[in-house]
Amino acid sequence: MTDMASLMEDRAAAKVISDKMHKPVDWDSPKIARNIKKRYAAERRFKIYGLSAIGVALLALFVLGFSIVSKGYSAFFQTYIQLEVHFDPAEIDPDRTGDPAVIGKANFDGLIKQSLRERFPEVTSRRDRRDLYGIVSGGASYDLRERVMENPNLIGQTRKIWLISGDDFDMLNKGYIDAEVDESSRRLNDQEIGWYNALVEDGAVEKQFHARFFTSGDSREPELAGIWGAAVGSFYTLLVTLALSFPIGVLAAVYLEEFAPKNRFTTIVEVNINNLAAVPSIVFGLLGLEVYLNVMHLPRSAPVVGGLTLALMTLPTIIIASRAAIKAVPPSIRQAALGLGASPVQTVTHHVLPLAMPGILTGTIIGMAQALGETAPLLMIGMVAFIVDIPGGALDPATVLPVQIYLWADSPERAFVEKTSAAIMVLLAFLILMNGLAVYLRKKFERKW
Amino acid sequence: MSLSFLLLAVAALCALSFYFGRQRAVALSGGRYSNLHSLPAHYGTYVALWCGLPALLLLFVWHTFQGSVIEAMIIADLPAEITSDSGQLSLALNSISLIAAGNGQHLTVSPEVVDAGRRLANLQSIANAALIVVMLCGAVIGVSLSYRKISPELRARNNVERISRWVMIACSAIAILSTVGIVFSLLFEALHFFSKINPLEFLFGLEWSPQTAIRADQVASEGAFGAIPLFVGTLLITVIAMCVAVPVGLFSAIYMGEYASPKFRAVAKPALEILAGVPTVVYGFFAALTVAPFLRNNGAILGLDVSSESALAAGLVMGVMIIPFVSSLSDDVMSQVPKSLRDGSYGLGATKSETIRHVIFPAALPGIVGAVLLAVSRAIGETMIVVMAAGLAANMTVNPLQAVTTVTVQIVTLLVGDQEFDSAKTLSAFALGLVLFLVTLGLNVFALKVVQKYREKYD
Repeated sequence: MTDMASLMEDRAAAKVISDKMHKPVDWDSPKIARNIKKRYAAERRFKIYGLSAIGVALLALFVLGFSIVSKGYSAFFQTYIQLEVHFDPAEIDPDRTGDPAVIGKANFDGLIKQSLRERFPEVTSRRDRRDLYGIVSGGASYDLRERVMENPNLIGQTRKIWLISGDDFDMLNKGYIDAEVDESSRRLNDQEIGWYNALVEDGAVEKQFHARFFTSGDSREPELAGIWGAAVGSFYTLLVTLALSFPIGVLAAVYLEEFAPKNRFTTIVEVNINNLAAVPSIVFGLLGLEVYLNVMHLPRSAPVVGGLTLALMTLPTIIIASRAAIKAVPPSIRQAALGLGASPVQTVTHHVLPLAMPGILTGTIIGMAQALGETAPLLMIGMVAFIVDIPGGALDPATVLPVQIYLWADSPERAFVEKTSAAIMVLLAFLILMNGLAVYLRKKFERKW
Repeated sequence: MSLSFLLLAVAALCALSFYFGRQRAVALSGGRYSNLHSLPAHYGTYVALWCGLPALLLLFVWHTFQGSVIEAMIIADLPAEITSDSGQLSLALNSISLIAAGNGQHLTVSPEVVDAGRRLANLQSIANAALIVVMLCGAVIGVSLSYRKISPELRARNNVERISRWVMIACSAIAILSTVGIVFSLLFEALHFFSKINPLEFLFGLEWSPQTAIRADQVASEGAFGAIPLFVGTLLITVIAMCVAVPVGLFSAIYMGEYASPKFRAVAKPALEILAGVPTVVYGFFAALTVAPFLRNNGAILGLDVSSESALAAGLVMGVMIIPFVSSLSDDVMSQVPKSLRDGSYGLGATKSETIRHVIFPAALPGIVGAVLLAVSRAIGETMIVVMAAGLAANMTVNPLQAVTTVTVQIVTLLVGDQEFDSAKTLSAFALGLVLFLVTLGLNVFALKVVQKYREKYD
């Protein structure tokens, strides 16, 4: 208010002066100069408010990105421990059969424990030994088995082999466990840190690229957990979503834009589409739970149910974008086609739809990106289960990337924090890719008529 | 796998019928297409549509009813002592489906249940085989009828266009169907809930503790279903979010629209839009693992006792999420203020900020109110941030440093995990969902009305 008031004051002062003196306004008078100075200061302040608002938003974005990258980048590398493993024929293949079935059943875990005992012979008590075995992950024995299956000549030899470490030692190596703090308040005791330091002195600790993170399914052990299962689940879910929402959305948009008469039905449909776009996503989850699971008895936790639910959510996005794209095709093209004897349906399928397709695809990709990041409705239909296996189809139980992130974020292990952040980075990479594709399509096919 | 195979088979059949329909039309034309009423491809499409549509329709109807019909058949065969008790029944049905899927070896159940499991597996395989037969029959009947009708006089194009028109209308009607589906599924379960709990007690009760006993011999609290603490919590977090989103969003819209150079805008605008594209689960993780500990530690330095699941953390992050929403909507309405108003103000010697504050902002106010209402409805319905960063205990407080819970959090906690579908505990989630749906719908309708009215004023 004060600025308007001071503007008025300016004018009032000028009027008083000119009335009194019967002279033109003296715009150089100190009072007016003061006032103008005040108004310009207010102008500058206002501009700074605007700039700082943008600054706050960008700062939030930066902090968000920074906190995720700084927490997550280390998950792409995993600590490995080098041990001298003796592939004892008596353990692996006592009868020298060379039969893969026999080798596959051998106790590789025992071999690793054996070599750990040999490396630290001073450890004798049961409890200490159990701590000692924690240096190497429980999943290392599978790697060892695979190695022997691939190359049976290893049996009987002694080799130095890099084995995946347990999650606590991985955290120690990455600096998340502080050896300086009191022993009772950290995950590893002094003895365990001593072993670790001894291994480091031998050069037997190394960080390697963690390919398993991209290729394996979920696990209770952070060092063995990966995102591939969730990624495949996301893929099937999106496939179902796309297969339903794209044709239905485009056909509905074509009808509403090209054929629908102005009547009650059309108005109701339009109002409904706009309202559906604003319904909270969790309500769609309740719908999916009630209709797909309780009434139709579709399998719980299956991508097909997730896809059906997300399809209803993406429909409004696709319909609205497609209508805009169809509207942008100039009427002269329709008139030319009709004038040459095409039927209305032919006009649409041969001319309007191909010309509107880039816009429709852009809208569809953006809708799919939204669906890829959606979590809440999938919690309702049971896609939160702990699933180790990679889903083989749309009817198998599965989870999706955002839900995997939610599940890991809930896990108490410190090592899951970096896994969660890394999974978020992968999810964001997919989203950036999809949105980038949409922007590229729009730029490439943008057309001014 | 069988489903995708079935769909592929239908697609292949459609392609075949298109080919043969077209061939027949070409043969009938005697080499001169002008003898035909429509193009040969129209005859092909005509036959293909008659092949695919009946098959897909049958598939849809079959899958809608298969589950409930088979379940009814299984229940009808179970002994009365199981079916009389709903808890036992759902347990038995669970074991039956496990046995049918071949995973029931470890279960200790009565022989009737084992038999029923075998029968279920049997029925399911029969149903799948029957579905294939029925779909093929539908396709074959459709093809043979339409194939025989092909003649040079058949108005194939008109027929095809009529069918496709009805398909398009059906697709548009899905929008109505899903609204109807939402309303009915929420209403059905909510009425079920209100038959157990008085609606007034639900809407105005001051205590929320839905943990009721699942089995009769369990010791648990009685269960209280007063939703006011949830509404207060939702409101508190929404208010905090709005305190962040409205000023920041509004000022950034003003700066972008009035002051920023095109170069600055080209960078800052997409950057702001990234905030809108980040999945909510990411915000939830950020709120729970970065913002909440930060607030807690800094609160401790200031001598404040900040809960680790404080409403403040969830609200702040939700506000950040909503910034681009507010900013793009208010940018829209402010750019619609006629240029003449702006020019008039400049002509009187007002500075830019004076024009914005005294001319453009008042003129755009109804639209901005509408935008804020839309943002509020979004904040109320937001789920993942509060699930991950807000608490579970229903505290009645307006202190932003304490933990509160919201409607959406309760829906998720009530429905994730094991559920028993007849207890008031599970049903209360649907009652909450109904309230949520009605409130957001009301806000949206009202906000859109306000925005529209404002648009008409300046059009």
